[in-house]
Amino acid sequence: MKILVCISKTPDTTAKISFTDNDTKFNESGVQFIINPYDEWYALVRAIELKEKDPSTIIHLVHVGPAENDAIIRKALALGGDEAFRINSHPGDDYYVAGQIVNLAKEQHYDLIFTGKETIDYNGSSVGGMIAEFLELPYISLATKFELNGNTATITREIEGGEEVDEAALPIVVSCQKGMAEQRIPNMRGIMSARTKPLKAIEPVAIDPLTSISSFELPAPKQGVKMIPADNPEELVRLLHEEAKVF
Amino acid sequence: MSVLVFLDQAEGHVKKSSFEAASFAAKIAEQTGTEANGIVLGEVKDDLQSLGKYGIKKIYHAADAQLNQFDDEIYTALIADTVKSSGSNVVVLSNNFNGKAIAPRLSVRLKSGLISGAVGLPDTSNGFKVKKSVFSGKAFANVEIKTDIKIITLNANAFKVTEGSGTATIENITTQIPRRKVNVREVNVVKGEVPLAEAELVVSGGRGLKGPENWGIVTDLAKALGAATACSRPVSDSGWRPHHEHVGQTGLTIAPNMYFAIGISGAIQHLAGVNRSKTIVVINKDPEAPFFKAADYGIVGDAFEVVPKITEAVKKLKGQK
Repeated sequence: MKILVCISKTPDTTAKISFTDNDTKFNESGVQFIINPYDEWYALVRAIELKEKDPSTIIHLVHVGPAENDAIIRKALALGGDEAFRINSHPGDDYYVAGQIVNLAKEQHYDLIFTGKETIDYNGSSVGGMIAEFLELPYISLATKFELNGNTATITREIEGGEEVDEAALPIVVSCQKGMAEQRIPNMRGIMSARTKPLKAIEPVAIDPLTSISSFELPAPKQGVKMIPADNPEELVRLLHEEAKVF
Repeated sequence: MSVLVFLDQAEGHVKKSSFEAASFAAKIAEQTGTEANGIVLGEVKDDLQSLGKYGIKKIYHAADAQLNQFDDEIYTALIADTVKSSGSNVVVLSNNFNGKAIAPRLSVRLKSGLISGAVGLPDTSNGFKVKKSVFSGKAFANVEIKTDIKIITLNANAFKVTEGSGTATIENITTQIPRRKVNVREVNVVKGEVPLAEAELVVSGGRGLKGPENWGIVTDLAKALGAATACSRPVSDSGWRPHHEHVGQTGLTIAPNMYFAIGISGAIQHLAGVNRSKTIVVINKDPEAPFFKAADYGIVGDAFEVVPKITEAVKKLKGQK
């Protein structure tokens, strides 16, 4: 059993979002970077749990990014995983990133490819589906539970107003979200062993991104809050009905 | 040259989010001097001709029972074939659960750029740029698609449904349906609840409610308003509410007409998931709660006293008993 977990780097969830260079670049100054929470808490931890059940499981991590991102990959290795690959390139767009990962997957033949449901910066929710299409594999998106029985996976995925239970034979691609696993904190042993785990930088293949970001903008600030006294909640209902016209 | 919109159905009925996508597609067609067509997969109970009122000229319909149940790989194959046979150069889908599964596949299959989570119409004055939500609702990016075919998924409640008077023509498509690789064993949908992702009104509760046994004030108000219910992350982490109700940076991002927050302080991660809501109401006993800064209306007070009175006032106004 061989699992690939795709890891992205994102700004911390509390980061203040601003832009530089005429609103064309994210302002990284003073921003802490983390492993994309969906990749870490759900995709990676679920893969580690599967390895704990079946120790013969091999977990590979892949990240598309420059050398400075090695620290993020080591952090992921401290949680678990046997070996990591960094595709030495700036992630162009979803299509570019998916294509690079597919190139690795074609050599390594994974039984399972896990991604987070989306990155918390670009919110594309696309890389998993793209990998599946490139490799002509089934794709279970927005999974909240994953169980394995031999070569068959039983996966619960979120749908409008509920959930669906699916069954598919490996190999498959799964995008993971809340419910898949519980967040973990790396222990000292994990942190020490992560230092010596193999982290290979590989050169990217030539792929042209299909999209590019031309500029960013921030939402218009709110006009200011209208406070209503606690002893007159009927006034709030009147305002919502007559002024905001929400119902 | 035309615009093709995927009209998603569940249990034989076209979804509300698809009406938004259809209106959006029709507007793009108008902007670019072409026409908008739709594709429906599976048997439907609705009158598809009436979708013409959203500006759709023709509906490609594959009314095969094998398509009633969603499958991203099969749906992608049929949509991609229709994009090619109809000569469409813009493809529109809803950025919902199904759209998120199909759109990336389409992008690879058609080798065409995808913009997911669009919040406005394309700017075609210089290239083809679409504004999308990024940083979990904290900002927007204007993204350019460089390929001939453009794929866009539209965020829920980001584009107003516009109704006119047209009638769509129906073209039945019959095709070889690929083998299903994923077997759906169970579908569990909570009946009678408003799906949170596309709800127009949302009532949400936080830690300030102190425990799951107190959720009655949230659900009563939601019921009176016809709203969906949601919660903050600590509430879903503590198991007080199911995790599909969690809105915020690591939960669902929503943009309803009204977001009504009860006992939620408004941490930055929570705001990220809801700050595109048109009207935000905050009830909190702490006047310093950061949520008031992001709100349109606020009451500083005890939720257990204030909220039931609001529910009564709503019922009275709507003539409910």
